[in-house]
Amino acid sequence: MDRQILHIDCNKFFASVECLHRPELRGMPVAVGGNEEKRHGIVLTCNQIAAGYGVKTAEPLWQAKRKCPELVVVPPNYPLYLRFSKLAREIYEEYTDLVEPFGLDECWLDVTHSLNGEKIAEEIRQRVKRELGITVSIGVSWNKVFSKLGSDYKKPDAITVFNKENYKELIYPMDVSNLLYVGRATTKKLNARGIFTIGDLAESDPHYLESFLGKNGFMLSQFARGTEKSPVACCMDSRDLKSISNSVTAPRDLINLEDIKLTLMVIGDCVARRLREHGFKCKTVCLSVRDKNLNSYTRQCKLELPTNLSKTLVEESLKLFVQNTCTPFAIRSIGIAAADLTNEGVAVQFDLFGEAQKLEKLEKLESTIDGLKYRYGSGCVKNASLLKDKELTDFEPHDDVQRESCFGAIRDV
Amino acid sequence: MYKKTYVEVTARFDEEGAIMPIKILWYDGRIYRVDKVINVCRAASLKAGGAGIRYTCEIAGRQRYLFLEESRWFVEEICN
Repeated sequence: MDRQILHIDCNKFFASVECLHRPELRGMPVAVGGNEEKRHGIVLTCNQIAAGYGVKTAEPLWQAKRKCPELVVVPPNYPLYLRFSKLAREIYEEYTDLVEPFGLDECWLDVTHSLNGEKIAEEIRQRVKRELGITVSIGVSWNKVFSKLGSDYKKPDAITVFNKENYKELIYPMDVSNLLYVGRATTKKLNARGIFTIGDLAESDPHYLESFLGKNGFMLSQFARGTEKSPVACCMDSRDLKSISNSVTAPRDLINLEDIKLTLMVIGDCVARRLREHGFKCKTVCLSVRDKNLNSYTRQCKLELPTNLSKTLVEESLKLFVQNTCTPFAIRSIGIAAADLTNEGVAVQFDLFGEAQKLEKLEKLESTIDGLKYRYGSGCVKNASLLKDKELTDFEPHDDVQRESCFGAIRDV
Repeated sequence: MYKKTYVEVTARFDEEGAIMPIKILWYDGRIYRVDKVINVCRAASLKAGGAGIRYTCEIAGRQRYLFLEESRWFVEEICN
C-alpha cells in the first residue's frame, strides 16, 4: 500500500498573520521586514499583492520599495507567528501524530493509516482558514518530496495531488530547481550537463549524478524518481535534533577582537541556554563567519568534555576565529553552532586537576541564571562586559529563536 | 467598519476547566449579561483581526461574538 503524505505550507505566513491582525492592511501591498538600521533590512515575507509587484522574499527593503513604492513594511512579531504556528500544528495533530515540521510554516503529515489523504487535506485546508484566518496550500503524494512539490504547485488555498498516474505528466516537465535541496549551485552543475527538468534528472544514471554531485547525486535521483522513502518523524520524537545554533548580522562591521568577543558572548549565552533547555551537551563547537564582502567560512573543533556552558562555547569559537581569520577584518555576521549532541545526564570522567568539578560549579551558576531569565526576562542578568558596547550587544537571540526551537525536532535549529 | 475592543469579562470555570462568560464590562461602565452561550468553537475574526476561541453569545436578545484570544477577551466593535 502506498503511503499518504501531506505537505502543508501556510501561504505567505508572516504577512498573512499580520494582515489578519491588522484589517486596515488588507488590500494593500504588505511586507514583513527586518530593521534597516540594524542592517537586517530584508523582506522576510510579503503578501500576494506585494508579490504581484515583483517583491521577493530576502531582497533588500530599498529594492522592494523601488519596485512597489506603496509597500507597507511592518516589523516582525515572532511570538505571534509562533502562536499561529502552534495552533496550526494542533489542528494537524488531530489527524496524526506523525507531524514533522519544516520551519515555522511548513509541515509533513503521514496519514497513511487514515482513510483518504485528499479528504483530510481538504478538511485541514478549510479548518485552518476558518479557525486561524490564514490559508494553506497542501500537496498530497506517496513521498515527502513530491508532496512538497504539490504544496508549491498551486497556491494559495489549494490542494494538489500527485499520484502514480499523473506524476510523470505533471512533475517531470518542472524545472529541476523546484526540487528539494536543488539550490543555485546544484542547478548550475545540472544545467551544465544538460539536465534541466526533474524528468531529465529522473532519467539520469545515479552513478553519473554521483560523479559530480557526490552522495547527493543518489539522493536527488531518488527524489526525482519518487523512490525516496524517508519517514515522517513523530511529533513527540526529538531524537533527531542535530545541532543548536544562533547567528547575528551585526549592526556595524566587527573590526577587532573585542567586537568579536562581545558578539560571541551574546550568541554563546543563547546557544548554551538553549542546550540546557533541551537537556543536551555538545561535543563539537562550530563557528560561522561572513565578512562585509559576503565571503564566508565555517570551522569546527571537538571538545574534550561535553559542555552546555556559554563560557566554553565562547572561548572555543573565539579560538577558531583567531586561528582562521586574517587581520585586518570586517565581519558582517557571525554564529555559533553546538553540534554532536549528547544527553546532559551522561557521566563525566573526573580528572586529576578537578576540571570537571569546576565545570560542574559553572553549570550550576548558569542554570541559576537561566531560572532568573525565565522568571524576569532575558535581559535581567547580563555580563557586565557587554555594557562596553550596547549598540553591538543589544540583541536577545534567545527570545527570537523561540519560534524555531519549539520545532527543533528535525531540522538544525 | 469594526474594531478589536478588548473587554473585561466575568466568567465561570467549571470542574472540567471549561470557561463560560457570564458578563461583559464595557469600557464606559455598562455591564452586559450573557444570557446564553449558543456555540463555542475555534475561529478567526476577520472583521476585528485575531483568532481564538469564539463564543457565540446571546446578549439582550441579540447575537454577538466574544473571542478569548489566549488570556484576553475581545469583541468586534461596530464603528463608523
